[in-house]
Amino acid sequence: MRHKLGNIYNLGIKELRSLYRDPVLMILILLAFSFMIVVAGKAASLKLNNAPIAIVDEDQSPLSSRLISAFYPPSFKTPHLINLDEIDSATDEGKYTFTLNIPPHFHRDVLAGKQPALQINADATQMTQAFIGANYIQQIINAEVNEYLNGVRVEQNLPIKIAIRMRFNPTLTEEWFGGVMELINMIAMLSVILTGAALIREREHGTLEHLLVMPLTPSEIMISKIWAMGLVVLVATALSLHFIIQGILKMPIAGSVPLFLFGTALMLFSTTSLGIFLGTVARTMPQLGLLMMLLIMPMQLLSGGVTPYESMPDIIQTIMQAAPTTHYVRISQAILYRGAGFDIVWPHFLAITFIGLVFVVISLIIFRRSLATAH
Amino acid sequence: MSKISTQNDDVYKNTDGQTNTRFVSSLSGISHRYGKTNALSEINLNIPSGCMVGIIGPDGVGKSSLMSLIAGVREVQTGSVITLNGDMSKSRHRSAVCPRIAYMPQGLGKNLYMSLSVYENVDFFGRLFGQRREERQWRINELLESTGLAPFRDRAAGNLSGGMKQKLGLCCALIHDPELLILDEPTTGVDPLSRRQFWSLINRIRQRQPNEALGSSTPPEPMSVLVSTAYMDEAKDFDWLAAMDDGKILASGSPQALMEQAQKSSPDLKINDLDSAFIQLLPKEKRGSHKTLIIPPRKILNGGPPAIKTNKLCKRFGNFTAVDQVSFEIEQGEIFGFVGSNGCGKTTTMKMLTGLQPASSGEACLFGHPLDARDLKTRQRVGFMSQAFSLYSELTVLQNLDLHARLFHLSAEKTKERISKLVQQFDLQTYSNELTDKLPLGIRQRLSLAVATIHEPEILILDEPTSGVDPIARDGFWELLIALSRNDGVTIFVSTHFMNEAERCDRVALMHAGKVLATDTPTALIKHTQTENLDDAFVCYLQKADNTSEKPRAAEKTIHAKPKIGKKQKTRQVSRKFNLTRLLGYAYRETLEISRDPIRLGFALFGTVILMFVLGYGINMDVDNIPFAVYDQDHSPESRDYIQNIAGSRYFVKHPDIRSDIELDQRMRSSELSLTLEIPSGFGKALRRGRAPEVGVWIDGSMPFRAENISGYVQGMHYSYISDLMIRNFGHLPQTGPVELETRYRYNQDFKSLYAMVPAVIPLLLVMIPAMLMALGVVREKELGSITNLYATPVTRLEFLLGKQLPYIGLAMINFLILYLWLFIFLVSL
Repeated sequence: MRHKLGNIYNLGIKELRSLYRDPVLMILILLAFSFMIVVAGKAASLKLNNAPIAIVDEDQSPLSSRLISAFYPPSFKTPHLINLDEIDSATDEGKYTFTLNIPPHFHRDVLAGKQPALQINADATQMTQAFIGANYIQQIINAEVNEYLNGVRVEQNLPIKIAIRMRFNPTLTEEWFGGVMELINMIAMLSVILTGAALIREREHGTLEHLLVMPLTPSEIMISKIWAMGLVVLVATALSLHFIIQGILKMPIAGSVPLFLFGTALMLFSTTSLGIFLGTVARTMPQLGLLMMLLIMPMQLLSGGVTPYESMPDIIQTIMQAAPTTHYVRISQAILYRGAGFDIVWPHFLAITFIGLVFVVISLIIFRRSLATAH
Repeated sequence: MSKISTQNDDVYKNTDGQTNTRFVSSLSGISHRYGKTNALSEINLNIPSGCMVGIIGPDGVGKSSLMSLIAGVREVQTGSVITLNGDMSKSRHRSAVCPRIAYMPQGLGKNLYMSLSVYENVDFFGRLFGQRREERQWRINELLESTGLAPFRDRAAGNLSGGMKQKLGLCCALIHDPELLILDEPTTGVDPLSRRQFWSLINRIRQRQPNEALGSSTPPEPMSVLVSTAYMDEAKDFDWLAAMDDGKILASGSPQALMEQAQKSSPDLKINDLDSAFIQLLPKEKRGSHKTLIIPPRKILNGGPPAIKTNKLCKRFGNFTAVDQVSFEIEQGEIFGFVGSNGCGKTTTMKMLTGLQPASSGEACLFGHPLDARDLKTRQRVGFMSQAFSLYSELTVLQNLDLHARLFHLSAEKTKERISKLVQQFDLQTYSNELTDKLPLGIRQRLSLAVATIHEPEILILDEPTSGVDPIARDGFWELLIALSRNDGVTIFVSTHFMNEAERCDRVALMHAGKVLATDTPTALIKHTQTENLDDAFVCYLQKADNTSEKPRAAEKTIHAKPKIGKKQKTRQVSRKFNLTRLLGYAYRETLEISRDPIRLGFALFGTVILMFVLGYGINMDVDNIPFAVYDQDHSPESRDYIQNIAGSRYFVKHPDIRSDIELDQRMRSSELSLTLEIPSGFGKALRRGRAPEVGVWIDGSMPFRAENISGYVQGMHYSYISDLMIRNFGHLPQTGPVELETRYRYNQDFKSLYAMVPAVIPLLLVMIPAMLMALGVVREKELGSITNLYATPVTRLEFLLGKQLPYIGLAMINFLILYLWLFIFLVSL
């Protein structure tokens, strides 16, 4: 047993040394945990941003020009003024996400209290933008018209008031969401790539065979890779969390960082064993790339980290319960955003531990078998 | 074609051939570098035409670079190369001359496609030279007959033995009757019999007078053959040699002239073969303290079981028997040699003895104990050095040694002692802190041996440890082996394809096609076959075992059968203009390859479907099934009515009510709830009195766009409830604002993100996957080395790319169809 642990330790140190000498992977790690996260945080905004809008102004009144000037960047692009007959062709082309039609005599009818109708067309293939944007437009128009009529913006006098407050991210800062989700993606992706590449490199150089004639067992070889690459990713995660997420993106972390890192370590068991599995099946790095696309991409996209989990079809939700990423996304969101403690997230910890164990065992069986039948 | 006069019939006797000699290629001032390393420096060489030219020297001295420059496969960096009377740095000349050159790159079957059959391989090359179907058929048949490959025409190239692969490579190179045949180490790792057959085949082909079809007045001249080799014994039969070392030409001339030159430089030594001549031709500092190797006799250790004993050991891979009933015994302290070609089963036998592969049947004993692959203790007694260099190139020399010492569980003091001893003994001091991939090959092999002996094993199993190493380093390596055997009593089991190394062993086993042909001391084997050296003895045994060696001779006649000249001329008119046959040749080959690669085929056909499914659902911006709960502090009919309105929405899923503030907090943190409504006590009363009570709404903001959507839903629901309420109470809708807004969502009224995502994803996938596969296809050619076919044949880049693309376009079409059908089912079912 002492020998076994010694072997696992020594082989792992060797993995770390090898990785250190691989400039491509080192740069990849560095970029993935810094630059990529900042970019993803800042860029992948789902908020209304520069939405193209066109306005048909059939009224040409002070009120209509006031409305036109109410749409401005960054939420909207400066509106294009078009003719009525252009609406259909322009929206069909997908040139504008929104078109607003101000009817003739709009100004007069408003003043007369006739409640004239304004027509908003939204291109619903632009999903979120269309929905959120249409709401924005309504609010803007109501506010403008009210202000025009009353001279001030007034709250509507309704029988029930509503107070909507956002929890955990009061200003709905997109960067916080995008940054952390990118971090999660990078953890999954890099741990798979690193272990897969470590195995493929060893096979390509013929050193795998070399190890097998020494008093070492396949499980020692595999576990050494798992811990070494897992450790690299874990350290990178901790640094990234501190310097990038908290430092650059300025996201307050609600929960306990050690608990999050513990969850990450559990998750890394699954993903690094997956890396071993893929490295066993794929014979070359390009093949590993292909398999990654087929396996890791779905695992990330369907985990609930990118899009709402509960909106997916039930069958997918059930299948995704077996993926470590699903639980990991839960864990990280709960801890980082909502400050949940272990008492709240423990079921996901249990699930992820179980999945990790299953993955390790399966990979080990397949790895052993592939060694035994190696041509 | 060539206007230079050709009057000298005995070019090769003219050692420093100048002025009047006709050269197939002349190089002047050639230097070539790869990054920082100088592969060739300042080479001036005139290679006589019409004869067998050998370029000799160990691996890594620049032979391959030189040959690829002559063939026009590599771009000239500095200096000039004139091949077949034209400047190879001019692409015009290169393209004009390329159909007249055949180039066979180094490595077994590097220009071949392993998943294609013998016939398909040759056929592909015929297509590349634009040959018509009948012409190809005729040529392929002729070549396969004459090389004895005809019985294997449907076997995949990957399943051929080393010698057969080389023959097939030759067939592919000769499909277009070249004037200049360039062979880069064609016989490395091929058994001596196959090697002899190979050379006699080349000789026969050369006698075929391929230039007659030119119809020129030029007197027929045999094909020029340029060969690089590391085997000095086969080089001695060539017409003209150039000895190379370290990117420079040491000497050139006929073999006889080289030996004379070597004799002159060191008169006190007797130079009787090229091997020693080569060593003497090396610069002094390189020769170092090289001396002839002396092997002290073995001390016979009596008693004790044999170190290794096998009994009818077999290994089968499917139908293929790699090792067939191999039995031998190796005594302790013996140097036992395994001689045979690549792929004859040497490596497999060694792997079985090291436990890397289980035996299919038969048994093997180490020190009298049956071999158990799981037994880690016997591994402590065995050291293994595999064929390829298998140390960690990212670690330094010392780190490599240290790692292995640790893995063999040597104690700290012991490790220190062993490492310092080995570094000294193996002369590694100067390199100890260097990364191993920067070391010269000879040093790496020494390090490999040091690593294999770090734990003081009793048996060393060495799989072709010296292949590719120059003669001096080889002798140095053997010195170490002999010391280990004679001083430390280590049993050494070594495989090699160098006969002079085999002769140094105490006993050798001759192996062929999985069987041991004979086992004895080298002298006894030579005596028994009544031959002069071990090489001949091996050939003698091979012929006995293998009567197929008669076949080429029987086929010899066919080689003289003359083709119809008209057909031949078609090949001659190969042009570099766009040619559909070549393009289709590439397309055909790529199709065959893909159809035999299930991973790529599967990915090409179904990758899009899988990914579309995933992306369609995955990038799902729909916000529904939002889990919500209510903290109702009022419990009035009004509050229940309000809650009812929200709970009835298809967007929300109601969870059990909340009872306290703490619970609200907990359940939101655990992500169970994304939305909570807090209805204050006195809500009903306030509403009745028109005092506008306030409903509190908490939304989980961790996914911002979702939070915005939820907020929008709640507001919408809230206002619609109010309108409802007012109609109920007052009978009419109050004026809620001065303007009525009509929002119309076009194209996707239901806001299903599937309808938004799938169309966006399809073009992406249909573009991306074929592009990726195509890129992989090119990368694969580069990796496997078959990309040289692009440079060495008349194929243009355009034909290469378009040809390779065709099958992927075809696949993409099928893929599109599958996608379309699937989409149809998919959308209908929703």
